[in-house]
Amino acid sequence: MNSPDTILAPKRITAKNMTEKEFFYGHKACAGCGGSVAVRLALKVTGERTLAAFPAGCMAAVGFIYPQMAFQNNAIITTFPGVASMASGISVGAKALGLKDYKTVAFAGDGGTADIGLQALSGMIDRGDDLMYICYDNEAYMNTGIQKSGLTPYGTQTTTTPAGKNLPGTKTHKKNLFEIIAAHDIAYAATASIGYPQDYINKVNKAKQIKGPSFIHVYASCPTGWGTPTNTTIEIAKEVVDTGLFFLAEYENGEFKLNKNPKEFKSIKNHLSKQGRFKHLTDNDYDIITKQRDMKWERMRKFWTLP
Amino acid sequence: MKKNKLFISGDEAIAIGAKLARPHVIAAYTITPQTIAVERLSDMVESGELKAEYMHVESEHSAISACMGASAIGARTFTASSSQGLLYMAEGLHYCSGGRYPVVMMNANRSVALPWSIYGDQRDSLGLLDSGWIQVYVEDAQEALDMMIQAYKIAENPKVLTPMMVNIDGFILTHTYEMVNIPEQEKVDAFLPPFETVNKMSFENPKNMGFSSQPIDNTEFKYQQDRAMFDAIPLIKETDEEWAKTFGRRYHGMVENYKCDNADYIIVTLGSVCGTTRIIVDELREQGLKVGMLKIRYMRPFPEKEIQEITANAKAIGVLEKNISFGYEGTVFTNVNSSISKTKARPFMKNFVGGFGGRDITKQEIRQMFATLKEQTEPSKTVEYFNLNVATDE
Repeated sequence: MNSPDTILAPKRITAKNMTEKEFFYGHKACAGCGGSVAVRLALKVTGERTLAAFPAGCMAAVGFIYPQMAFQNNAIITTFPGVASMASGISVGAKALGLKDYKTVAFAGDGGTADIGLQALSGMIDRGDDLMYICYDNEAYMNTGIQKSGLTPYGTQTTTTPAGKNLPGTKTHKKNLFEIIAAHDIAYAATASIGYPQDYINKVNKAKQIKGPSFIHVYASCPTGWGTPTNTTIEIAKEVVDTGLFFLAEYENGEFKLNKNPKEFKSIKNHLSKQGRFKHLTDNDYDIITKQRDMKWERMRKFWTLP
Repeated sequence: MKKNKLFISGDEAIAIGAKLARPHVIAAYTITPQTIAVERLSDMVESGELKAEYMHVESEHSAISACMGASAIGARTFTASSSQGLLYMAEGLHYCSGGRYPVVMMNANRSVALPWSIYGDQRDSLGLLDSGWIQVYVEDAQEALDMMIQAYKIAENPKVLTPMMVNIDGFILTHTYEMVNIPEQEKVDAFLPPFETVNKMSFENPKNMGFSSQPIDNTEFKYQQDRAMFDAIPLIKETDEEWAKTFGRRYHGMVENYKCDNADYIIVTLGSVCGTTRIIVDELREQGLKVGMLKIRYMRPFPEKEIQEITANAKAIGVLEKNISFGYEGTVFTNVNSSISKTKARPFMKNFVGGFGGRDITKQEIRQMFATLKEQTEPSKTVEYFNLNVATDE
């Protein structure tokens, strides 16, 4: 694993100078799909010499329907638990063959990352393999029809955590994925949201320079699974950061850094009640969610570097 | 002068064979009794004797996933496993053959839990017969080493592009020592050219791989996979012939016919127990009994034609295996019996099942098996558990 000191400040990529080339198009993602936005933007940064790997999941399902292949760059579907290890194999194989100037990127959803793929991801970071791992988090197993994952937040109604008289939907809180990854002493890890695209692009660009494993956890809305209008995908992904229910941060040089520290949070109730998956929440549920958020921010503000 | 003969274990023979094949990437997770093979390979990487990337994966599932990834970029790959580890890989085994990644694997045949046992039988690999891998079973360390190199040549052939599993009996072969001829690297290089494939990612011609198919075309993919396995049959024979020409050792391709010509009683078996069976065949032949052994080398593709031809005139055939498909019979027997039932011959058929979890199969037991074939004992009972120490109500 390389030292983060060696990371060069990359040339800034913005909407103005970003390549017009598309690497992920003609796919069959739902209208307003946030995951496909995360993949599309990342590939524009990592470029045509990207070797991309996707486990079973939405992007695999919508991008590789034989004979209509949606990736302009090299791309492959991996086993569900094996995206990190297969992508590692691609990266290590390319190194062994003496290939030059390429970036291996694994893209996986929240279930493929925080649940079934976590072990392989841990191994990938431990070995120090040279690749970027992007988790697009739409907070449930969407490809199979909205089942609860380890990153589904408290209160969420999914098809396996139905909300009724006896249960509030999901009873658990989101796994602390970002800190789990950081605990490996990875050279670079970050959280991002497609609602803050420039921040996301900057982070992908930074991760691209790392010689070793890097990790980005990007929040990606899912109108189909969340019960939201397809034209609010970006807005919702921005708002979640503004409410403090998600956060923008980085881990480098062994330190956590908050990139955005809102003075005032936007209303959680206003944000969640727009989403079908939270329609059933009671005031008590909102209290639990608010308390959880406040505890998290208290800790982050106390121990992490602030912007 | 370079030593060309070494006193080594089966695991070490596997490691040397793998090294001589010059893999780019090795990804393996440790499991008894495979461990020594990966330890030796690690030593070779450390010393620089082997220029390969050794990936310390955190599981067998990741071992096979990493090998597939490396293969998908055009690298030659090796992995090794056994028993529970092989089963943990099971998803990847199907994935690998379906993706047509010619990964080569050593499997140290070991019992499958429960009950736990680190010792040998063949229920691990035979339980995965349908995973689309070429499966070869070896009799000794020399064959293990030689097959490691042959395996790459067969698996990587563009007509085949199918992964291959070299099965070696746990402990009986992995941990016992014998004199093994070590092929010269230059000769191996001439025999086994570098891995070339179009089934890989490239920057000039980017590919989307591992895609999904729809009901309208899935059958055709599976059909091609099946045909590739059949296409391997002549190649397996040719490769063995070429090996014999270069290195002077011959394994006779799909099966070995040991004194089966004119034999009335034949035992069909596989793996290390072939060694013991050979001795008994010699012994009984000296006594004037017309017996023979048919050594199955490949379980997939299956040597149907060879079995039909070699057993055509036998009066009785016993299939000896360290395996059972609970609720029916041994899988090797099912396959052999299916081949023979397609001919006009109707020999007496018996399935000798035993040797589980490392229990020794003795010479006396094999003598008894031939006696059973000769006497055609209990014709209505297909499966016979030999050396069974529990009371049965049968």
